[in-house]
Amino acid sequence: MSEIQVKNLHKSYGDIEALKDISFEVDKSEIFGVIGPDGAGKTSLFRILTSLLLPDSGSVMLAGLDVVKDYDKIRKIIGYMPGRFSLYQDLSVEENLNFYATVFGSSIEENYDLIRDIYVQIEPFKKRLAGKLSGGMKQKLALSCALIHRPEVLVLDEPTTGVDAVSRVEFWDLLHKIKLEGITIIVSTPYMDEAARCDRVALIQKGEIMSISKPEAIHKGFTRILYELSPGHGAYRLLKNIRNEEWCANAWLFGQSVHLTLDTNKEETEFLEYAKREKLSSKKITAGIEDTFMELMRKA
Amino acid sequence: MKRYWGFVIKEFYHIFRDFRTLLILFGIPVAQVLIFGFVVSNEIRNIKISILDYSHDEVTEKITNKIISSGYFELYSHLTDYSQIEPAFRTGNVKEVIIFEPGFSSKLGKTGDAALRIVSDASDANTGRLITSYTQGIVMNYLQELMGQNTSVPFTIDTRTRMYFNQGMKGVYMFVPGTMAMILMLISALMTSISITREKEMGTMEVLLVSPLRPIQIILGKVSPYIVMAFINAIMILILGNFVFKLPINGSLVLLLLETILYITLALSLGIFISTVAKNQQMAMFISMLVLMLPTILLSGFIFPIENMPEILQWLSAIMPPRWFIIILKNIMIKGTGILFIWKETLILMGMTSIFIGLSVKRFKIRLE
Repeated sequence: MSEIQVKNLHKSYGDIEALKDISFEVDKSEIFGVIGPDGAGKTSLFRILTSLLLPDSGSVMLAGLDVVKDYDKIRKIIGYMPGRFSLYQDLSVEENLNFYATVFGSSIEENYDLIRDIYVQIEPFKKRLAGKLSGGMKQKLALSCALIHRPEVLVLDEPTTGVDAVSRVEFWDLLHKIKLEGITIIVSTPYMDEAARCDRVALIQKGEIMSISKPEAIHKGFTRILYELSPGHGAYRLLKNIRNEEWCANAWLFGQSVHLTLDTNKEETEFLEYAKREKLSSKKITAGIEDTFMELMRKA
Repeated sequence: MKRYWGFVIKEFYHIFRDFRTLLILFGIPVAQVLIFGFVVSNEIRNIKISILDYSHDEVTEKITNKIISSGYFELYSHLTDYSQIEPAFRTGNVKEVIIFEPGFSSKLGKTGDAALRIVSDASDANTGRLITSYTQGIVMNYLQELMGQNTSVPFTIDTRTRMYFNQGMKGVYMFVPGTMAMILMLISALMTSISITREKEMGTMEVLLVSPLRPIQIILGKVSPYIVMAFINAIMILILGNFVFKLPINGSLVLLLLETILYITLALSLGIFISTVAKNQQMAMFISMLVLMLPTILLSGFIFPIENMPEILQWLSAIMPPRWFIIILKNIMIKGTGILFIWKETLILMGMTSIFIGLSVKRFKIRLE
């Protein structure tokens, strides 16, 4: 049986539908990524998972427990890291950790082996106030606090937002170690590149799940022709120009370059003629997660 | 139990690490007691007066001396003409002018009827009324002394007044209990409501909710440190009242402290209730100030007597916890009475406490929204 089962979940705030018929399952000790832009419904979903919000309809089972009925039991077995690091800014690193440990009926010593890898990195600063830590440090402390009672399910809402690139990589390394302890992890992120570090990924947009697959399989759903155009500079002007062309199915900015999708071979030849005329450097590429996501968004 | 202590220790860290919290907790109460004790006072002392004496005889000199040596008044200047009276008031230096008619002494001796006019500055109505009645009292007093020598008047009624419980008519007897009720209410309700809403604002409440802590544990953990703080405050105010303003504690100190703890608990439960209504710190502060501070000052009988209020406001004042606490305080401290005389007020406070605790626990959300 799956560790997390979400069935036909609906949630709306007034007229706004935050979640529309969400269903998915997560296996035990799996890292399940929920990826989508801001406002896609990630936080609402996670708050329902952690029993902080009531769904309008549908059901969520965590480790065989219903999040609405058995909320008090659920709260003993989950570790939760909200979008904003919920640390007490005026308490030191050690005091924060101690507090969360006692609140969850545990102690630092009891589960030290679980958090050791993370905690050794922040231990030199254990007397420092949490408010004075860097973003990466805060994130590691918040993760330690969420893990201190050895939860069965770890729910992380955008843990890497506002954290530097090096810390992000380290953080994902840590998640993979935690996973080995048999802990199920569900994590959301707005960063497409982090999808590759998950075991499975759900792409979510406007409250709907558009696809669930292994990260390496995501772009298999991408069946169109994809070109990368490198104009050197003036990428935005180029984007505007080619969007007016008839053969252009979809185009978007990708860093300094422009990605372009084409539906048919006929369109491809038309584009190649255009590229020759305009002396555009272009190359055919295979789709990444972000490309797939942009395509899915267009369909939705 | 271990969870509870963990929570309490955390709360103490918050209190002691925030300079502003400490200032509100300990600076403001001391300042307010001193300010209310010294400044807000309706006692008459060293009121500046001028004398316009058209007679300049032995009797007018005597009356003048008697007035000035009473301690209530201080001679500012001698005037020589009516026209100087208004300018004297306008400058604001003089609050009262006493005018003796020409030939005061001889008229008094011959006809037994002499005119003394008191003109007072009534821009402050209460003070105006008070100083004229004080002056009249002194003049009457002089007259009685005069009649004592002169036995030709057969009957006199000698009125002797005695002010029970507060012989010196000191304002602090009024202000210390009132200030104490106000400060304890404000500190307790304000601080708890702010500290709970701060958790909501910082997002830490989300994790506390997800933790196995029960609402009652969160509430108790939040409240207990403030019970201690507010109790220390109450003792500080009592010590200040006793040493600085010589306010006695005639009744049982134990009873007084027990009633204080009851009142603090009430104020704290009110604070928790506010925090379940308010979404952020600012709103909590606003509600605490508006709903608690002004009514406490205006409607509790702290400054204005309840008996003089319109009936609807009297009813409103009945739901103000400070009103009952002030009665209890005055009974114990000044009248020295025991529980037999204040059981009704105590019961009212207990009832209010249980209502607010019940409401808070019921309204305390186990989820977001």
